[in-house]
Amino acid sequence: MKDDGYAVRAEGLEKRYGEKRALDGFDLTVRAGTVHGLLGPNGAGKTTAVRILSTLIRLDGGRATVAGLDVARQAREVRARIGLTGQYAAVDEVLTGRQNLEMFGRLFHLGGRRARARAAELLEQFDLTDAADKGVGDYSGGMRRRLDLAASMILTPAVLFLDEPTTGLDPRSRGEVWESVRALVAGGTTVLLTTQYLEEADRLASRITVIDRGRSIADDTPDGLKNRVGGDRVEVVVAERSDIPRVVKVVARVADGEPEADETELRVHAPVTDRVGALTDVARTLQDEGVRVEDIGLRRPSLDDVFLRLTGHRTETTEKEAAA
Amino acid sequence: MSAFDLTGPAGHGRVYWALADCWNVVRRGLTHYQRQPVNIAWQLGFPILSVLLYGYVFGSAMRVPGGGDYKDFLMPGMFVMTMAFGFINTATVVVYDSTKGVIDRFRSMPMASSAVVAGRGVTDLIVACAELAILMLTALVMGWRPDGGWEFLAAFGLLLWLRFALIWLGVWLGLLVPNPEAAGGLFAVAFPLTMISSIFVAPQLMPDWLGWVAAWNPISSTAAATRELFGTPVGGGDSWVEQHALLMAGVWPVILTALFLPLAVRRFRRLSR
Repeated sequence: MKDDGYAVRAEGLEKRYGEKRALDGFDLTVRAGTVHGLLGPNGAGKTTAVRILSTLIRLDGGRATVAGLDVARQAREVRARIGLTGQYAAVDEVLTGRQNLEMFGRLFHLGGRRARARAAELLEQFDLTDAADKGVGDYSGGMRRRLDLAASMILTPAVLFLDEPTTGLDPRSRGEVWESVRALVAGGTTVLLTTQYLEEADRLASRITVIDRGRSIADDTPDGLKNRVGGDRVEVVVAERSDIPRVVKVVARVADGEPEADETELRVHAPVTDRVGALTDVARTLQDEGVRVEDIGLRRPSLDDVFLRLTGHRTETTEKEAAA
Repeated sequence: MSAFDLTGPAGHGRVYWALADCWNVVRRGLTHYQRQPVNIAWQLGFPILSVLLYGYVFGSAMRVPGGGDYKDFLMPGMFVMTMAFGFINTATVVVYDSTKGVIDRFRSMPMASSAVVAGRGVTDLIVACAELAILMLTALVMGWRPDGGWEFLAAFGLLLWLRFALIWLGVWLGLLVPNPEAAGGLFAVAFPLTMISSIFVAPQLMPDWLGWVAAWNPISSTAAATRELFGTPVGGGDSWVEQHALLMAGVWPVILTALFLPLAVRRFRRLSR
């Protein structure tokens, strides 16, 4: 096993479904012991990439290694070193939390006694001891994801695939899942995280790959990505359309680039570097000039902004919302 | 450096682990029934209700060719019907597991992938034994008196043999249909297919063409063979297939397995596509 410091290495991955190319020369490297975010809209190929790397589907071209093992030729060995959690790998909803972990433990060939001991340990670690003997069907969304994570951690995998782990969770449960992920990484596990939320990748990942139409179109740190789309922007929403030209002039004095004006939403925004300085300057000037301001603030770039800048098109969910 | 020895701590081989994995999948299936005993009640509700309805409501109006009590004729038919409908249960569990991601979780683990399907099959056979036992007790209470001895065991075996063959139909359909709701719709297809057989009515009492179809229905052979073995009225006709019911009760499941096992395996492999 070649140890080059990478837990995941994929070169030119290809996957076709009939005419559609789900992956079209996808590259990815993930450093061992880090959280790596894989970002992209629905249908970009995130899930296909995860399913290939976790040996669930075969690749049509290219090469991939996980924990130094070839996913195509050494699938069984790979499976002993990975965990998979997310929309597609579920726990049994009829069994209790404890029964689930004991079953998976035995299927990981721990033997009955060790499977029971490991289940008890994980229930404690993921704060599920009180609910251990309740049916998973009665668990909250957050508890279920934590049990899902626990099931993936039975063998303490070298690489954990987290496929949209917090989709559909309320903010509190999302925070709980994030806490668990941080604890796992502190224990030495490498995490490949797919998500639609830039904020999530920002909080957890030290590096992010952006995927679109089956290809990686950017690979950078979260800050690096945000800098590419121009960093923070100051944004002003006015009450009267006739004020827009005046506001553009005011914002232009502190902006790093050309201010953009949205006539229908009565919004003016522009990239800034001196964030708070620029914001107070704009606010004070507009007040002095007597412009009626509905809203003013600093806006961080969203995944959508990153996408728009990198690909020239919005994420699909936003397109749908815009069309609706 | 390898933290995990795939052959296991005690140095067991692949076959040992394939069997151990299969058993653990069976344990899961049986635990489901333990946690939701009402499911077995549902599965048995229909045949028991049918025994009561057909036996008592229609029973007096029904005739068995060659004489004999209709209830005695009906009981083995009910056992066969329960085995035949079993494929719907198999399909329902499989479609649920595959759409909810349980099968994918199994496939991402270093266990034997054959155990996922084999474990389902063994679970279904164990449940079928329990179902048959409960149905037979009900039948005994209603006055059904079969012959004992090896004939009884042979009949029991033929019923399980039919159920075994239909496991593969269930697995195949379970991997084919898109969602659990669609699996529920299989009942609408299965019900007429069981009606056009010798389960409720002897084929020779039907219009000629329908009687011919009913006689050649694979489950008719199992029904006729078990009636013969239980020593209850057979109501069989003169056609070749009815005259060779014992043989055909053995042969039909072989044909069904030869047809649906490869289809099920192919469909399972296609999950990796």
